[in-house]
Amino acid sequence: MRARGYLSRVAEGLSSVFLDCSSGEPTLPEARAAWQTATTSGWGDPRRLHRPGRLASQALDAVRERVATHVGARPDEVVLTGPLAPTAQAAVAGLALGRRRAGSTVVTSSVEHSAVLAAAAAAGDAVPVPVDRLGRLDLDAWTEAVGRPGVALACLQVANHEVGTLQPYAAAAAACREAGVPLVLDATTALGRVDTTDLGAWSVLLGWAGAFGGPASVGFMVVRRGTRWRAPYPADDHQQGRWPGVVDVPAAWSAAAALDAVVADSDVVAERQRRLVDRLRDGVGGRVPDVDLAGDPVDRVPHLLTFSALYVDGEALTLELDRAGFAVASGSACSAESEHPSHVLAAMGALTHGNVRIGLARTTTEAEVDAFLDVLPGVVSEIRARLGAT
Amino acid sequence: MSADEAPALTLDCTGMRCPRPIIEIARHIGEVEVGALVQLLADDPAAEPDVAAWCRMRGHELVSSEPPHFLVRRAL
Repeated sequence: MRARGYLSRVAEGLSSVFLDCSSGEPTLPEARAAWQTATTSGWGDPRRLHRPGRLASQALDAVRERVATHVGARPDEVVLTGPLAPTAQAAVAGLALGRRRAGSTVVTSSVEHSAVLAAAAAAGDAVPVPVDRLGRLDLDAWTEAVGRPGVALACLQVANHEVGTLQPYAAAAAACREAGVPLVLDATTALGRVDTTDLGAWSVLLGWAGAFGGPASVGFMVVRRGTRWRAPYPADDHQQGRWPGVVDVPAAWSAAAALDAVVADSDVVAERQRRLVDRLRDGVGGRVPDVDLAGDPVDRVPHLLTFSALYVDGEALTLELDRAGFAVASGSACSAESEHPSHVLAAMGALTHGNVRIGLARTTTEAEVDAFLDVLPGVVSEIRARLGAT
Repeated sequence: MSADEAPALTLDCTGMRCPRPIIEIARHIGEVEVGALVQLLADDPAAEPDVAAWCRMRGHELVSSEPPHFLVRRAL
């Protein structure tokens, strides 16, 4: 039945199988319901002493408590912020400020999210540490880099947002602690996908609700007690001066509901997604000639798969797949807003043209994956023929 | 590469966007002997990672990569 529904949607020309959850999951019903509840009763200014204010303040306390539980922190360490870019800037700039006397070097992996790399470049002298062919951090080079004099801070992701490879975050954090260097750990891709309650000796942890089906306006920065972090902006009386401006309480409440929901059934969803990505990996590798599969096939987050087809341009591939009913992302140049190909693929030595990035939704079915595998070889060979590359 | 080893073929793909330069070198590398060199000129930002990845996938040797100049030795 599902296959027939899929075909009729294709006949209508709709891109209806959504496989673009690498950077964000569509809003969860739980998040939408929570937002509606909170706009009814949690709209007050949490700094006020009246009842609506107290309700909002209690809601924020509960949000911090729930986030803290999921990342193994204390509620008073949780700062509610905005999207990943300003959150990363605040984390990195704040540590750079607090560690001015130690130096100005910011060590990162070469495959961090572009928002983190931009924050590192703006805050000091950025030193990117290379990764291997699977996109995994070179731990020896990392240990050496954070151990040099003059390092203010380091930044590492738990898992890569494009290819899914898990980083050796605990060992990298231990190396930072040994060197006395605070670590910004970007948990954006990992939250709700893997267990994040014990991620090692990080100093500041980053998360973003859009990645796990909450509102895209909400992120968080968890600053461990004792961390030398200074607000890189004028402090106000919201959140003890750690993030300026009023907090959107219903959005924060909705974000907490989304995180609770994804963590609650993450075992079941992860197991299903892991199997589906294995199926996709085998199918793409077996049915499309001259394809470069990226990322670690085993040691990864469950929902991501990235591959590149030789002699195909990513823009055409994305558009033809959309026409066939599948929404995917691409790290190829010209297929996004950038003229440059994905820095992640380039750093790994992966092929950057003809790139497809799949992020399974929580609801993606085996029938949808199989339908994609049925369509892909024909789409690729048609584009190759058009480009005279067969 | 020895200093006197000249490329057997030069492909000028300046101004072309990827994957076109990669398609061109794939199409023409068969025109030189096994072990001979092909020089590729390509200034697209994706050429540097993609020439290297293509060589890896195809088994050719990337002798030098100094964008926009690439030197590839033909394998089988």
